[in-house]
Amino acid sequence: MYFEELGMPLALASLVASILLVAALALALLRIVKGPTPFDRVVALDLIGGICLCIIVMFAIHFDQQVLLDAAFVIAIVSFIGTVAFARYLGKGGDQ
Amino acid sequence: MSWLVALLLILGAFFAFVAALGVLRFPDFYARMHAATKAGAFGAALLLLAAAIHFGSLRAIITVGLIIVFFYLTTPVAAQTIAQAAYRRGVALWSKTVHDQLAEDEAE
Repeated sequence: MYFEELGMPLALASLVASILLVAALALALLRIVKGPTPFDRVVALDLIGGICLCIIVMFAIHFDQQVLLDAAFVIAIVSFIGTVAFARYLGKGGDQ
Repeated sequence: MSWLVALLLILGAFFAFVAALGVLRFPDFYARMHAATKAGAFGAALLLLAAAIHFGSLRAIITVGLIIVFFYLTTPVAAQTIAQAAYRRGVALWSKTVHDQLAEDEAE
């Protein structure tokens, strides 16, 4: 039904992109479960932040909501601060 | 125009998927960090570019430009910080690593 509203190439592309992004989330989550060191988990978490940004941008295009780009901006800021905070904490041996 | 947005959408999602695949499959922490930061940032930039072309308004273009610049400034900083912390804490390199420049520099 939305295929006519959105245009065929865009609807198909957002379908393919959503499948790829959800698969990427699953792979990163697998690394968080396996990750031998806490550093692996932090890097995977950082990547999940980036994938969330991608998913929000894909939603913005699919549902034609420009406001969602502001949410993507916030995600970019917060995921950077989180990674640096984790790096400082783990680098000083905070988890021991 | 719609075809260009569709192509950028699929390419960006593909690069994000490749980043996650690298994080899962690479042998040691440093290689995983390398995969996550470079491919992940590039995939996000492609998707944001698709959004800028799709909306085409000044506000969307400024927001997207801000996010891309911010993302490309912060991702290397975060990667360097976490890699330095891991190296200081003695996270093991891959057994087939041929060169450890940082250890050589610190030995001098």
